[in-house]
Amino acid sequence: MSGPTVQTPDAPHTPDGPAPAASGISGDSGAHGGGAPARLRQELRAIHALVHRDLLRLAGRRTHTALMLLHPMLYLLVLGGGLAALIPRASLGVGYQTYLFPGMLMMTVQTPAIMVGIRLITDRQSGYLRELLMAPVSRATLLLGHCAGGTMTATAQGAVLLGLAGTVGLPYDPLLLVLLLGGMILASFTITALALALAVSLRGAETFHTLLGLIMMPLLFLSGGFFPLHALPGWAHTLAAANPLAYAVDLLRRCITHRVPDQEAATGIEWAGRQPPLPLEAGLLLATGIVALLWAARRFSRPE
Amino acid sequence: MQLAAGDEDRPDHTQRPADADDLAPTGLMPAAVISRPVAQHVPEPAYAISMRGLVKSYPGPQGGTTHAVRGLDLDVPQGETFAFLGPNGAGKSTTIAVLCALARPTAGHATVAGADVVSRPGEVRRRVGVLSQHSALDADLTAEQNLHIHARLYGLSRRHARARAAEVLGTAGLTDRRRSPVRTLSGGMRRRLEIARALLHSPRVLFLDEPTTGLDPHARAQVWDHLRALRDRHGSTLFVTTHYLEEAENCDRIAIIDRGRVVALGTPVALKAAIGDDLVVLRTSDDTAARQVVRGIAPPDRAIAADSGGVSLRVPDGSTWIPRLCAALQRHGIAVHAASAAPPTLDDVFFRHTGRSLDTTEPGTAPAGPSPAAPTPSCATTSETGGRR
Repeated sequence: MSGPTVQTPDAPHTPDGPAPAASGISGDSGAHGGGAPARLRQELRAIHALVHRDLLRLAGRRTHTALMLLHPMLYLLVLGGGLAALIPRASLGVGYQTYLFPGMLMMTVQTPAIMVGIRLITDRQSGYLRELLMAPVSRATLLLGHCAGGTMTATAQGAVLLGLAGTVGLPYDPLLLVLLLGGMILASFTITALALALAVSLRGAETFHTLLGLIMMPLLFLSGGFFPLHALPGWAHTLAAANPLAYAVDLLRRCITHRVPDQEAATGIEWAGRQPPLPLEAGLLLATGIVALLWAARRFSRPE
Repeated sequence: MQLAAGDEDRPDHTQRPADADDLAPTGLMPAAVISRPVAQHVPEPAYAISMRGLVKSYPGPQGGTTHAVRGLDLDVPQGETFAFLGPNGAGKSTTIAVLCALARPTAGHATVAGADVVSRPGEVRRRVGVLSQHSALDADLTAEQNLHIHARLYGLSRRHARARAAEVLGTAGLTDRRRSPVRTLSGGMRRRLEIARALLHSPRVLFLDEPTTGLDPHARAQVWDHLRALRDRHGSTLFVTTHYLEEAENCDRIAIIDRGRVVALGTPVALKAAIGDDLVVLRTSDDTAARQVVRGIAPPDRAIAADSGGVSLRVPDGSTWIPRLCAALQRHGIAVHAASAAPPTLDDVFFRHTGRSLDTTEPGTAPAGPSPAAPTPSCATTSETGGRR
């Protein structure tokens, strides 16, 4: 084709010269032709494309989606229903099903969020990742797209579970639902970012699964989703204070308490006997997610 | 307008650049000296792909270094279909990774579609399409969805992405399967869809790494029909790697690559003409005796072999020798069961330059009968220049 006369309107030619960005494969975002707005639009379109892919997969694989949703529902209705009669309301401050609800919301978003990490590995193995890497966008953008897609699909599934609020004795208060949704977005983001940080440093899907099996159980039991953390021995309580899932559960539970004061459940995380303020918990969760994402993007951008 | 780019360009690629005639005959020289001896006047952008001293090494096992590519100097003009022919592990895929700005060259430099692969990787990637050896589609999405996502990744607007997806689906002959999940498509269809995906952003150069690996002969022929149509209609530059000889025959020029180096370069016809002689094989009642007879009448400098496959020798115009050989053998009372004369194949060319057969890649295995031991540079006299159409 006839030489460099063919230019796309998206990419007006600018002589880049050997700019610092010429370091190439990894940090090449500066080496694209075109001004900053055009480049930004390109990167945003790539992120949108990856989110779109995740949503299409969610819609296209209905059985899989339904099965993923069934899991926390069974916990909530069967385990929660069974134990509700045994556990006195006085020890928790609320009925057991109500107590279990924030934990199950967290579990609902956690599965699809972790799936993003697994898919990054399987994409690498199948060769799909190579196709993604060929796109004229930076690798950090691709990772951001994966993270945004995971957050979106996880929250969408969590939103379905919100529909069960009535069955555990919570009112369908719009503000409560919005607060819970916001909490789930935050939890989804952090868990997705952590899963991606793990996935970029692992090559095999099996290793990832094994590692998850090893760490998920303690993380879940130390999250305060199934039973109050103060029931745990002191050392476990300390561990829980370092568990991101515990903050996610605590965040969701305190949203409920905030809107429905008579549903005041037993306190979750305590630092030296005092409950940290809600914004601080949310901020910590967000910061953990951002740090994990930045680390993953940095790792992912290294040329292979 | 990426959509229109291909059409605007059409007049340019229907003819080859002026220097093409200069390039073709040079192909028979050793790789080290092939770079454009006469064509310096041609400005650089005339080449879709240009590389100089390209080297790519990886850290190997036990702290050593694996040299995948050991210094390539090649120019591929616009609109050419260029083949990289070589056994597995010859450095073909590595070269493509470097040319697509997926891997950084260890030394040397390369320009693809007018942009340097090291300093402007983004532009290179925007201007090239790749079909990887183990290319993958998202099996859970439909053909159309796969294309749409890919187009958006390349920064096409939603409307443009839809239009281009419909267009390339039509080119690939998959319009009626556009709503089928990819996992329900046959291998050949998937490959065509992958090619369609590589074409979405109207690349100027299309890299095809082993485009027909794993396909049955029918699907393979279909893929090649599709690629030929692309070249003829849109004047795309195609850079194909293959270890199938018959596929390399479809290309305008071939570089034979072995252990990271180009060992021969030229049109298929020119490369085979460099071997020059046809292979004549006779199967007789007594091959050992027949060999003596043949030695008596064949040109004196010819090597004549007698093995389980019969008596074989290389001579120019092989078919005209058969009646003479048969008559002579008849006179000595030796019955001729079968006789054949075959023009040189690319496998012969490969054997000539590497001492190995492409099929076996084991040293010392002659592809068919005796081959001349050393390259004879004197035979670069073919009139074949383009080898196209």
